[in-house]
Amino acid sequence: MNLTAILRIAMRALARNKLRSALTMLGIIIGVGAVIAMVSVGQGAQQQAQDQIAAMGSNILFVGSGTVTRGGMRMGWGATKTLVYDDMTAILRECPAVRAAAPGSQSSAQVVFGNDNWATQINGTEPQYFDIRNWPFQEGGPFSQNDVEMAANVAVIGETVRKNLFGPTDPIGETIRVNNLPFKVVGVLASKGTSAAMGQDQDDVIVVPLTTLQKKITGQDWLRWIMVSAVSREASYAAQQQITGLLRDRHRIRPGQDDDFMVRNLADMAELADQQARLFTILLASIASISLLVGGIGIMNIMLVSVTERTREIGIRMAIGATEGDVQQQFLIESIVLSLIGGVIGILIGLVSSYMITHTLGWPVLVSTKAVITATIFSAAVGIFFGFYPARKAARLDPIDALRYE
Amino acid sequence: MATSFQPDVATPGTRTNAVIHTIDIHKYYELGETRVHALRGVSVQIAAGEFVAIMGASGSGKSTFMNILGCLDKPSGGEYLLDGIQVSKLSKNELAKIRNQKIGFVFQGFNLLSRTTALENVELPTLYAHVTRAEGQKRAQDSLQLVGLGDRVLHYPSQLSGGQQQRVAIARALVNQPSLLLADEPTGNLDSRTSIEIMDVLQKLNDKGLTIVLVTHEPDIANFAKRIIHFRDGKIRQDEAVRNRPVANEVLRQMPVLED
Repeated sequence: MNLTAILRIAMRALARNKLRSALTMLGIIIGVGAVIAMVSVGQGAQQQAQDQIAAMGSNILFVGSGTVTRGGMRMGWGATKTLVYDDMTAILRECPAVRAAAPGSQSSAQVVFGNDNWATQINGTEPQYFDIRNWPFQEGGPFSQNDVEMAANVAVIGETVRKNLFGPTDPIGETIRVNNLPFKVVGVLASKGTSAAMGQDQDDVIVVPLTTLQKKITGQDWLRWIMVSAVSREASYAAQQQITGLLRDRHRIRPGQDDDFMVRNLADMAELADQQARLFTILLASIASISLLVGGIGIMNIMLVSVTERTREIGIRMAIGATEGDVQQQFLIESIVLSLIGGVIGILIGLVSSYMITHTLGWPVLVSTKAVITATIFSAAVGIFFGFYPARKAARLDPIDALRYE
Repeated sequence: MATSFQPDVATPGTRTNAVIHTIDIHKYYELGETRVHALRGVSVQIAAGEFVAIMGASGSGKSTFMNILGCLDKPSGGEYLLDGIQVSKLSKNELAKIRNQKIGFVFQGFNLLSRTTALENVELPTLYAHVTRAEGQKRAQDSLQLVGLGDRVLHYPSQLSGGQQQRVAIARALVNQPSLLLADEPTGNLDSRTSIEIMDVLQKLNDKGLTIVLVTHEPDIANFAKRIIHFRDGKIRQDEAVRNRPVANEVLRQMPVLED
């Protein structure tokens, strides 16, 4: 028998029980649709995480003041006072893998403008910080090195702060009050969104000169962090080692003793976030595959019913010259057609729903061709796998018994 | 009817020129502990162009014999030569090919595929004969023409009377131009007039040279054949030529047409 004849017979057999075929297909449709949608959502999440990390600056290292143990009580990160401005200049001077560094300290403060007020994080740093973090301005610009030297009352605000304090008003040149000190707004940062690695709103921040923060707000002269950019992404591991060695040396930490600082490599974090997103994708896909499996079992079930129902037809076909192979082929093609049609519809539904889900979440829509191809092959494989036993059963029927079957 | 029927002729060099040649055929069935001896040594020769009726009570072995003749079943012992081919040596696939090419089946229950047109039903054996679709359709058309249903090709079995359905089944049996037509109680489900109509079709096909073997338990029907073989207890009890063979066409003319 040629393929078109087989396909014609299969289509007719399926058309004979339209509702039943449709319901059987539904299992595959849901399974394939779920796989496509879930993989697309997972990959969207992965892409989102990567985008955000790229937005933070690809070759950034974060040096934070470390933990300390006081009377048996471990104080957590940021508790030490040992990270100082000179550490930063030493890093710039002595670590060849480092391109730039910005010192930083932070505090939280209630910020007031007119009748509105907003609690936010206040970062003190130097102007190269914006460059290192690759953070553009939507309005105005950074404060100057001169502002740092003068400990000037100038501030750069994040998008979340702007929205909450100013609304439609143009903030540039306006004065906000931080801990009752007036600050002139010189710039508004472009929105960076929620950090995937840190899980915090990066736009909920105001940035002021380090000296201003240290002298007028916190009264501390040590640093909470140093933001370092390596000369390249590849160099960030070397930079991490150079910084660690240098700081252990400067802080006189003996071998075997714990660091009193930490160096985080964003490339590591990117990898971690990537790994988590991939795990998430696999998890979603495996849950979805279960529904595909259930769909396949549905096909097998219906094919078995079909073989029993059509025992007489099988007998007739054998009597007029169908070989075992012909009969097996016929039922196998039927189940493959069933699962492939279901697969194609499932792909369409999966595409539509993944667009809808990612759109709702505001993630990039990532329909992977790989997932579509895999789902197609998978649904055909489901048809073959779950159609094989019923087809074999049909082919093995004894023609005499089959003809006599009532 | 335009198409003439050309039966295959046994190729020279084979051991016999008979279409069917059985030598001491035995058939056993194992039913649990017991062994049923359905055929106990059946030897028969049926030449090309014969029209044979096989008669016998149920359990006489006639159906088993038909199944063996039809290559649906293999004998437990003995030899069966169909057109000179030793059937017992063939594989399952070769048997399927024989059923497809050399044998046409007609059943008591018509055994047409429902929701499939007459033409497609008749076309079915050509699908397994690996001929082109166009060729298959042409053959199916001719075959339906031959049984007088040339105008009903697109009807579904449910739209046809019993007699017409059986004609479709006969057309299907003929579509691959077999050397042998096997009819298993073809009139069993039909009223007496329609039965004779079917016998008329068979007689006409036989007149064109087709070899026919018919199983029936109705003596009236068997009389339309040229030769009757009686089975009893798995053996041939009697093998006789039919004398005063009625011509179905004439019988029909004398019958009153029944009004519903």
